Amino acid sequence: MAIKFNLNGNDVTVEAASGTPLLWVLREELGLTGTKFGCGVASCGACTVHLNGEPVRSCSTLIEDVANTSVTTIEGVKGAAAKAVQTAWQKLDVVQCGYCQSGQIMSAINLLATNPKPTDADIDEAMGGNVCRCATYVRIRAAIHHAAEIMEG
Amino acid sequence: MTIDTSRRTFLKGSLAAGGALIIGLRPDGQLAAATADGHLNAFVRILPDGTVEVIAKHFEMGQGTTTGLATLVAEELDADWGRVSTVFAPADAARYKNLAFGAQGTGGSTAIANSYLQYRKAGAAARKLIVEAAAKSWGVAETSISIDNSIVRSGEKSAHFGELIGGIDAQSELGEPTLKEPSQFKLIGKDGLSRKDTPQKINGSAKFALDVAVPGMVHAVLIRSPRFGGKLVSFSVEKAKSVPGYIDAKPLPTNGGLVVFGRNTWAALQAREAITTEWDFSSAENRSSKQLIDYHRSLLDQPKVQAVKGGDLAGTDAVLKGADQVVEAELIFPPLAHAPMEPLNCVIEPTEKGVRFHDGCQFPSIVQGVVGHILKIDPSNVEVKTVFAGGSFGRRATPVADYHSEAAMAFALLGGKTPVKLVWTREDDIRGGFYRPMVAHRARVGLKGGKIVGWDHRLVAKALLLNTPMVSEEVKKSGVDPATAEGINDTHYAIPGMSVGMVYPETPMPVLWWRSVGHTHTAFAMETVIDMVAEASKMDPVELRLQLLAGGDKDQQRLAGVLKLAAEKAQWGKAADGRFQGIAVHKSFNTYVAEVAEISLKDGAVKVEKVTCAVDCGVCVNPDVVRAQMEGGIGYGLGAIMRNEITFTDGVVDQSNFPDYEPIRINDMPQVDVHIVASAEPPSGVGEPGVPPIGPALANAIHKATGKRVFELPMTRSGVKFV
Repeated sequence: MAIKFNLNGNDVTVEAASGTPLLWVLREELGLTGTKFGCGVASCGACTVHLNGEPVRSCSTLIEDVANTSVTTIEGVKGAAAKAVQTAWQKLDVVQCGYCQSGQIMSAINLLATNPKPTDADIDEAMGGNVCRCATYVRIRAAIHHAAEIMEG
Repeated sequence: MTIDTSRRTFLKGSLAAGGALIIGLRPDGQLAAATADGHLNAFVRILPDGTVEVIAKHFEMGQGTTTGLATLVAEELDADWGRVSTVFAPADAARYKNLAFGAQGTGGSTAIANSYLQYRKAGAAARKLIVEAAAKSWGVAETSISIDNSIVRSGEKSAHFGELIGGIDAQSELGEPTLKEPSQFKLIGKDGLSRKDTPQKINGSAKFALDVAVPGMVHAVLIRSPRFGGKLVSFSVEKAKSVPGYIDAKPLPTNGGLVVFGRNTWAALQAREAITTEWDFSSAENRSSKQLIDYHRSLLDQPKVQAVKGGDLAGTDAVLKGADQVVEAELIFPPLAHAPMEPLNCVIEPTEKGVRFHDGCQFPSIVQGVVGHILKIDPSNVEVKTVFAGGSFGRRATPVADYHSEAAMAFALLGGKTPVKLVWTREDDIRGGFYRPMVAHRARVGLKGGKIVGWDHRLVAKALLLNTPMVSEEVKKSGVDPATAEGINDTHYAIPGMSVGMVYPETPMPVLWWRSVGHTHTAFAMETVIDMVAEASKMDPVELRLQLLAGGDKDQQRLAGVLKLAAEKAQWGKAADGRFQGIAVHKSFNTYVAEVAEISLKDGAVKVEKVTCAVDCGVCVNPDVVRAQMEGGIGYGLGAIMRNEITFTDGVVDQSNFPDYEPIRINDMPQVDVHIVASAEPPSGVGEPGVPPIGPALANAIHKATGKRVFELPMTRSGVKFV
């Protein structure tokens, strides 16, 4: 089936079998590999993208449900929160293996876009679905606080 | 395991078996190899714009090695850190072998330790060629030339590296390059050097093997035996034929699995769901966890191998009979999956003479040897294009190249012309074996007048190294698996009358090193029992340890050093009301780490509030990378010790994915404070040593808070609840 949606600001049309997760369409049909496969059951957050501005797990989002929506991936993030998050991630050298970090960053951007001054509890709540097997969590937490400071100016 | 015996020897053995050719070059043998494309030697290339490209012989799984190797070269070259980049070396053990292994590979926390002088010499040799070229080009004396931040100067003249490479004399006699004195270091040991891999990893552009696509590639997943050691008897693909994108399914020649091919990953996964299989389980592991635990415990009664030189069980037993008091503990550890964030995968494609792998490749030499054997091609014709690895924790350090072998067989089954991407799902990963083995420990420690007089230690675990074709004759003859006994039989505590008896249980379950290998369980056993001895002898746990480390040898001094530092920084013994502390100290991979875990209780549930860590890794090349590895090692160890386990029902793994193999998450993660000991000793590794102390430190804190010891792991099995 042909599905039309907006991807990172551009209209795209893809052919995919009904029931195909958005994740695999992004990665293997559209060549956007920044969104990662980690578990396939919405349990690790490595595949997090924004759908109409809300974070979703693309491994569990069917392609037919994406029709006529707007999807943003790590390759297409922009805006004040995105800039602050990536700047903070760079400054604190958060990453280790890096495989989960696209998803972490997508969740962090959404957190800061909706809550510019998150507490530790807010961070736990918003980031609890994003697994990092390298356990970079202390830096993720610190980087989110730092990004909030950057946004405050 | 220690690099002196185990991984080094097994790699040597494996290369002999696999047929890869290793030439015994001097470490600096590749330092004079300038080529027209800007390579000044095997490790350093200068690009026309002056960028210094460092060729990393080690892969990057997050441990920061690319940053470390780049630091070593940039230091001696006086390069501008912002104009240094890294690329991964091809598979070529002659140039890129791990000097601790004799083969190309990463593991055992050896990357910086074995490269420290080699990469500095490479930088210094490159510097010499650049200085010579500048002197010749400008008609000035070499002594008049200085380099600062990648700019070469003499008097009024200046140039960047790229402007001088045209004048490099490839035939220059290098001799032994002169290295800087540590007092001259501008980069080594300094903070503020950003990781080389950060920019690509925060914008989605970093390439992992799963991101690789080559023209004409098909996708493959496997159906493996639901029980370890099962053989495929029959299968039916009827229902898969209607799956869009399904290509074919073919049994592996080993009958160990069925390869399912699809046009894309989703098609292969859907087809796999639709295929039915039948298996012969007559030689398989069919036992449940309880039976396996009972079996391991029963083997503790009759140790077969003495792992301490001069150890004598009968003698120790006699001493224990005369003791005032015997402290006893029996511990059981579950199998653990590594669960790296990027599930295992690789791409194999045909080349003119053989094949090329795209892989986050931990042991290129092993892949070459094993795949060369499977495909009947010369190992040198197995190319490896190394890309970033999404974690490993030991799983990619496979001595049998298990997933590469599957990919090679899948490739051959399709006729050897079609590129194949082989993918493991998370379920495949959790259920696929190659676990940290199930382990049982039993310790009986005799005390007289509060002092240890004898220690009967027994250890049951499937050997990691022994009985593989990779083991050295020396280790084989000893019968002691160093990757299992490490951390117990080589303890630096002054313990008289120590016997360590080992037994290796029989099971077809494949086992593998898991971040910090034997130390994952030996540190827990040792540091729990030491804490019990402190309690029995009414001594402070830190004081007892210091007493046992008072012999004055260097290992003991360094262990005592980190112990005291961690205790001081954590304000040991002065925990605030409602906070409880536990401590542990351990040496692994030549690095010394002490950790203090501080917890609170909420309605009887444990919250890990803070971990204070002191580490002595010799010369610290990148302090922030060391801190990151301690933070990550603590988190990785903590999650596993809290709640991770692989269990079995009639041989079938009960867990399948993160919901039932629940990884540590941000809300579980304590505050971590890392303190690095200033040291002039040779650098040692940091990827693994942060892991071993956290489990026992936490267990000792739980005992302090509740009076209960943790003997069965994960802690949730011992009834510990976490907030």
